[in-house]
Amino acid sequence: MSTTLKPRDAKEVQQAVAWALAEGATLDVRGTGSKLSLGRPMRCDHVLDLSGVSGIVDYAPEELVVTLRAGTPIAEVEALLAQRNQMLAFEPPDLGPLLGRAAGEGTLVGTLQGNFAGPRRLSAGAARDHLLGFNGVNGRGEAFKSGGKVMKNVTGYDLSKLVAGSWGTLAVLDEVSVKTLPAPDQTRTLLLHGLDDAAAVTAMCAAMGSPHEVSGAAHVGTRTALRVEGVTPSVEARLKGLRALLGSTSATLEELGTLESRAFWREVRDAAPLNVAGDEIVWRLSCPPSAGAAVAARLEATLPGARWFFDWSGGLIWLAVPASPDAAHATVRAALGPTGGHATLIRAPEAVRAAGPVFHPQSPALAALAVRVKESFDPKGLFNPGRMA
Amino acid sequence: MPPLDPDILRRRGEIVAALRAIVPGEGVIDDLDGMRPFECDALSAYRQMPLVVVLPETVAQVAAILRYCQDNKVKVVPRGAGTSLSGGSMPVGDAILLGMAKFNRVLEIDYANRCARVQPGVTNLGVTKAVEHEGFYYAPDPSSQIACSIGGNVAENSGGVHCLKYGLTTNNLLGIEMVLMNGEVVRLGGKHLDSEGYDLMGVMTGSEGLLGVVTEVTVRLLRKPTTARAVLLGFPTEAGAADCVAAVIASGIIPGGMEMMDKDAVQCAENYVGAGYPLDAEGLLIVELDGPEVEVDHLVARVEEIARERGATTVRVSRDEQERVLFWAGRKAAFPAVGQITPDYMCLDGSVPRGRLVEVLGEMRQMSKKHGLRVVNVFHAGDGNLHPLILFDANDPGELHRAEEFGADILRLCVRVGGVLTGEHGVGIEKRDLMGEQFTEIDLDQQMRVKCAFDPDHLLNPGKVFPRLRRCAELGRVVVHHNKLPFPDIPRF
Repeated sequence: MSTTLKPRDAKEVQQAVAWALAEGATLDVRGTGSKLSLGRPMRCDHVLDLSGVSGIVDYAPEELVVTLRAGTPIAEVEALLAQRNQMLAFEPPDLGPLLGRAAGEGTLVGTLQGNFAGPRRLSAGAARDHLLGFNGVNGRGEAFKSGGKVMKNVTGYDLSKLVAGSWGTLAVLDEVSVKTLPAPDQTRTLLLHGLDDAAAVTAMCAAMGSPHEVSGAAHVGTRTALRVEGVTPSVEARLKGLRALLGSTSATLEELGTLESRAFWREVRDAAPLNVAGDEIVWRLSCPPSAGAAVAARLEATLPGARWFFDWSGGLIWLAVPASPDAAHATVRAALGPTGGHATLIRAPEAVRAAGPVFHPQSPALAALAVRVKESFDPKGLFNPGRMA
Repeated sequence: MPPLDPDILRRRGEIVAALRAIVPGEGVIDDLDGMRPFECDALSAYRQMPLVVVLPETVAQVAAILRYCQDNKVKVVPRGAGTSLSGGSMPVGDAILLGMAKFNRVLEIDYANRCARVQPGVTNLGVTKAVEHEGFYYAPDPSSQIACSIGGNVAENSGGVHCLKYGLTTNNLLGIEMVLMNGEVVRLGGKHLDSEGYDLMGVMTGSEGLLGVVTEVTVRLLRKPTTARAVLLGFPTEAGAADCVAAVIASGIIPGGMEMMDKDAVQCAENYVGAGYPLDAEGLLIVELDGPEVEVDHLVARVEEIARERGATTVRVSRDEQERVLFWAGRKAAFPAVGQITPDYMCLDGSVPRGRLVEVLGEMRQMSKKHGLRVVNVFHAGDGNLHPLILFDANDPGELHRAEEFGADILRLCVRVGGVLTGEHGVGIEKRDLMGEQFTEIDLDQQMRVKCAFDPDHLLNPGKVFPRLRRCAELGRVVVHHNKLPFPDIPRF
């Protein structure tokens, strides 16, 4: 019979894992469960629910660090940081509504486990760049730690990087220290209307290569958006610079103020512009930014009914396709073409996620190495078995 | 270091012959004079001749060498430019020294995607030199950047003056190609972001050459800021300078760089380069602000105001690029400049929370009295990365030992206040035996198990990082306690 274990602190997390190890039982490790429909479907013996191991442990704004427990909702962390004019610079997305759930449910540790990042990925890095250290339990039931709470640390292997993006398959995290950064005073957006995909990608790459410190570059429909953040005089000077740089394109220009900008980029962050309806399937493709338009053209040619928009200067394509039994995974991945990249199945029914690879297939040598790394943390395969397979 | 394996030493001729079959001509060096330049890295207090030096030129050769070494259980020490400050590339007597210096080409520059694909032997500064005419640069800037290689930067996760704002090596990599100990070649990442699967590039970065040999690196390029200004801030006390560091960050400013020097360091540097430093300051900060000109002006004014509130007695803003470079010249020459007042010095590298700087500096002064050795501080204050220089005379028997004791005390202090043993120089052999101060045995065993996934026979860079090596077979055993109760105190639903 399946049991839900709901530990209240780190010690109980360790006890729960040790018990599962002794029982030879697998664990579905989750926070609030907001990302359960991501990854390969799993069949686990028991649920390890971390939502009870929650709360901020320490927050030192002048150190640019917040330490918190596994079950802490992102909303709670962001509200705390906002009080001190700080933020999680990687813009953790809230994919709840895209996945057919409520907004605001996810935990920060869940976002780290998926290594998700929003539009500011381009200038501020991904979730993995912001995880300074953690305490957790490995599949031997041992409590261990890695990293620390300081910005610069090269003491021992950087296991934080391995754990970020591991979908809970390496270790159960019970406490993490995450980097914070000052929030910008102003957020403004330069909108270019009327560019096609190819012209938009060219404009975005030019803007990203300019000295104007663009912190978001997305192309949605016929609107190309460039975000500039910081103190007022700087933002104004950089917007002026961008206008001069891009003035020769055929686009008409418009500016969004701080409030409108924040709403726009929140939508981009959460893939809301896809306006997914019904049983549509959603993919997330990562490719070299300058290749974005060519990848989209191949998608258009090979996938009837495909819709998409670009983030990350063309390097991130959010794609919606009509429902199909295998999510058209071979066609989607073939569209990446010779410049490479990867495609992740984000929204699809369980049967579809079981039928084909959710994550991009790896070379045999890499896949074998990944199995050895998994075994080095979790030799009996207790944690989220098959989720990344 | 572990005792040399007599069997390997006996088979030296056979090993050299096998390497010559893989790398023809002068790529294999086995005579003493030829190997002499490789006997140490930048931690030059420790010296050791390698078994043999091999300098491959192709990925296929690297793969063949590692496969041969794996099959024949021969140890390998990888080496970039040999500038490690922690003994990371120090040779081992029964190990091949695998030098990557011939991998020195820039393969591709892609401005649209703001990245460059380079071979690992290209110097850090060489990347910037290849792209600066287009207004781009590679952000991590360790002080050895003129000599250190990108492959070595990946191995050590190198930092520099500007990583407070622009990150360490790990935050500026897009992809690597590496050869595993079994000779397999794997590519991680590329020109796209955030490859799926375990972030093996992330764990490779900073693994100190213990997991694999990097044969290609794709780095992120940044556009050079249009304006950069440096501000010199002199304080009558060290505590005043340290307080100012925390206050600047707390006000929401992330400077491009924020460095601190104590009075001795200021005087040595001023003697050396005449940077115009205030000689009366007990603590000097150099704060660099970069970005669009209006932003820099705005931030400079705020930093000046914060510094004055904190009692700064000198506030000087660089008037032009020449003066900015001059302000930095003193800082960059500080280590050699300290050579004026001491025959030898030992450079440490702990990191501490910024809020504990004052306390740590104070305690270091007490320790200095206890050990009877002077300490000079020049460091990356913005990210709490200390570089205390312990002054000693290697000709005085006992002083090196006292300096080592003093250094260990400082690093223990760093850990005690919530910091770490090394911020950017690496563990290597230098801090290996202090790892237990920061990590439990379980923590270290978990790290060693990751090592086993890459290198099951512990052949790559042996004797570095881990104080006590355990066999992978032993580490792999799972101990299960079946007799324990299934935790009735855990709430279930």
